[in-house]
Amino acid sequence: MGNHSDGGPNDSGTVATAGQNEVEKFQDPGIPPHRLRLADTDPKAAKKAERQVALLFGISVVGTLIFLVAYFAIDLGHDSPIATIRLQNALLGIGTAFAMLGIGTGIVHWAKALMPDHEVSEERHAIRTEEDRQAAVRIVDDIVEETGIKRRPLIRNTLLGAVALAPLPALAIFGDLGPRPDDKLAHTLWAPAPDGRLKRLARDPDGTPIKAADVTMGSAFHVIPEGLNELSEGKLNEKAKSVVLLMRLDPELLNPSPGRADWAYNGIVAYSKICTHVGCPVALYEQQTHHLLCPCHQSTFDLTQQCKVIFGPASRPLPQLPIAVDSEGYLVATSDFHEPVGPTYWEREQHVLERNA
Amino acid sequence: MSSNATPDASVFVAKTSGGRITDFVDQRVGGSGILREFGRKVFPDHWSFMFGEVALYSFVILLLSGTFLTFFFDPSMAETHYAGSYTPLKNVEMSVAYSSSLNISFDVRGGMFMRQVHHWAALLFVASVSVHMLRVFFTGAFRKPRELNWVVGSVLLILSMAAGFTGYSLPDDLLSGNGLRIIDGVIKSIPVIGTYTSFFLFGGEFPGTMIISRLYMLHILLVPALILLMIVMHLFMVVVHKHTQYPGPGRNDGNVVGYPLGPVYAAKAGGFFFIVFGVVAIMAAFFTINPIWNYGPYDPSPVSAGTQPDWYIGFVDGALRLMPGTIGDWKVEQVWFGYMFTFNVLLPALVPAGILFTVMFAYPWIERWITKDNREHHVLDRPRNAPTRTAIGMAGFVWYCVMWAAAGSDLIATHFHVALNDVTYWLRALFFIGPVIAFIVTKRVALALQRKDREIALHGRETGRIVRLPHGEFIEVHAPLDEYKRYKLVGFESPAPLPAVPNEHGVVDRKEKRRAKLSRWFFEDRVAPATPAELEAAHGHHGAHEAVEAAESQKTLSH
Repeated sequence: MGNHSDGGPNDSGTVATAGQNEVEKFQDPGIPPHRLRLADTDPKAAKKAERQVALLFGISVVGTLIFLVAYFAIDLGHDSPIATIRLQNALLGIGTAFAMLGIGTGIVHWAKALMPDHEVSEERHAIRTEEDRQAAVRIVDDIVEETGIKRRPLIRNTLLGAVALAPLPALAIFGDLGPRPDDKLAHTLWAPAPDGRLKRLARDPDGTPIKAADVTMGSAFHVIPEGLNELSEGKLNEKAKSVVLLMRLDPELLNPSPGRADWAYNGIVAYSKICTHVGCPVALYEQQTHHLLCPCHQSTFDLTQQCKVIFGPASRPLPQLPIAVDSEGYLVATSDFHEPVGPTYWEREQHVLERNA
Repeated sequence: MSSNATPDASVFVAKTSGGRITDFVDQRVGGSGILREFGRKVFPDHWSFMFGEVALYSFVILLLSGTFLTFFFDPSMAETHYAGSYTPLKNVEMSVAYSSSLNISFDVRGGMFMRQVHHWAALLFVASVSVHMLRVFFTGAFRKPRELNWVVGSVLLILSMAAGFTGYSLPDDLLSGNGLRIIDGVIKSIPVIGTYTSFFLFGGEFPGTMIISRLYMLHILLVPALILLMIVMHLFMVVVHKHTQYPGPGRNDGNVVGYPLGPVYAAKAGGFFFIVFGVVAIMAAFFTINPIWNYGPYDPSPVSAGTQPDWYIGFVDGALRLMPGTIGDWKVEQVWFGYMFTFNVLLPALVPAGILFTVMFAYPWIERWITKDNREHHVLDRPRNAPTRTAIGMAGFVWYCVMWAAAGSDLIATHFHVALNDVTYWLRALFFIGPVIAFIVTKRVALALQRKDREIALHGRETGRIVRLPHGEFIEVHAPLDEYKRYKLVGFESPAPLPAVPNEHGVVDRKEKRRAKLSRWFFEDRVAPATPAELEAAHGHHGAHEAVEAAESQKTLSH
């Protein structure tokens, strides 16, 4: 290529620009001459292409038959093993694929090999002509004139007002899409029962209460509040707020802030499992590092720093559930969370202040 | 005045019964006129025009398979105990929606296949819409008169994502429930109306009992109806504008060169529908998509590692992952005036998508303003011939891809055995510098390709044959191009920067100065097409090799 270079590297790039429009241009040579295909000149080749197309359509017929046989011959009786379903799915798919691809490739092959392949040129027409524009303007003028809307501003203005207001009911009617949020997000099932009885920590999902003695060093429990499974309504709503992770580590490692010293029992701590980012369950506990990891967006919380965020998109620590042990040795929540759990919402700070007032 | 009663010799009478039926319809709907207008309408052909067709056809497949699924799906969140034939979930408490999705999979013959077809076709639909839009962008097909059709296409992209997301949530399995949980978290972060919006959407607290049936209505009625409406508008405008064509000999802004609709183009395009359907069927037969039975019913407590949304939501999810929630000890989430400003969620959820879609919608007008180009364009640009536009497109594409990759940051970490945190740090850096690198590299590559084109146009293509000249010099023989191939390389415009022009008051205002600056940025690096004079000069320059080339040209031209 060296001896054909268009000059040195410095002048091969930006080519003279001044007066480019006056520079003579290459003339459009027009549509290239049409080249005949084999099937255009050789009747044998055309016959061969014809047979190929017919064969492809034949394959399609076979595909349709495969589908029908697979549908009727394989019966999904009750308790049919998953292998049967896999087999049927594969056969239905192969059948459909042959049926469709046979037709599709057949038609395309027919078009490419046998139908005329002359490229033709067609003039484009103006999308709008000046004549049409003027005619349209005249028509609009006539229409406006006949309505008299310009001469009668009273009609125009009252109509505008009415039309502007008319959609309001259409918005208002959606007012019952949902209830007012009030402070629903600030309360969970962990609040002590009205008679003052404290809620026990129970295993997720079976709901059996957990004894402090069951929680060995280094272990972790997925926890729901006692009584959750017995709810007849709104069980998932309550569960979405109240799920908790229970872990036991060396009490030396916990560094409780003032006021939280009695929230743990013997190195056992409970934290909300709902990520403070956008609400996924923080389900992964790294026992060695004492980190909690949210699998959705990788927010990482450090248990030894009261679940402070050490990595990822979450901003706030996971709320801690204050726990103690009741007379029978079961773990109980001494109160509800002291702040709303889960993702941040606009009124959250108000609810935090109310709770701690 | 002749009487109507007398039979007119010129009145057409069909001979066959089929002909009579056709004639009956024709006399009532005017089919002859329609056929006369469209029957031989010319369509240009190019492989890249297929993406739009793939999108249209996958939408048809979605309508067909989706209709089947609605006969069996029950969008209720009422609690039930599973009694179908998938034993691992026997007696498990779940919603009716999930149970009916399992029944479609395991107890309805062909139901699994239809679910697979529907999901694959949905992924293909959004993908083909996206690739089609990339094609339109990089070839400049959005220019006058097609700006509005570009906008309709952009709306279709958003609608296709909406259709995908509403459908993704319907089976009410663990994965889709977590997706909804994330959506709920994002909605709650919206200032002032966030909490109310969440309660209105879910009919109360998350997850409530309403969301599936509401999404179902959106998924099978509202969103598809809007998509259909937009497709009608889109195709109507395609007919009005006629299709664009790639540059080449015989093609200009005043004509359209291609195959007539009937029979060739109709056959190719119609046949292609069956090919798309066939390919989707193969994917449905052999590649499992969304095995909801492995995830279990939605429950707010468990979650599996490696959770991911469908690919088209990935860029938003990735942006959510990239955003740090704390910088040092400073919390990105702020309490101002007693209210929460959740910037760690709001910014990544809204800003990148907002920028991408705003620039996408506005781009035809931005370029039109900079170039002051008010002409109609029906001949496409080869991407290399519009280096700055191509570079802008690639910058946006890379930006999107960085966010998209971030949605799989955990999988990247586990597959390549690198630290998850490092993956995130790198992607955070790429989020900012990736588009810049992409812009620079793309522009340079485009200019280099243009230079290569000039080289080939002026000196012919390399034949790979080395010839030794009588005096001992070795040269490589270049074969000159025929005039058609050469025209493809030289038949383009290379606009120069437009300097600022005074307005009617004789003043160059600030806006015009800014435009001129952008115009310079757009066009200052450019390669002009080769001219006949340059070709002449190039041949003179060859001198000694002329004779060799002339002797070889006959042979090389013929192959």
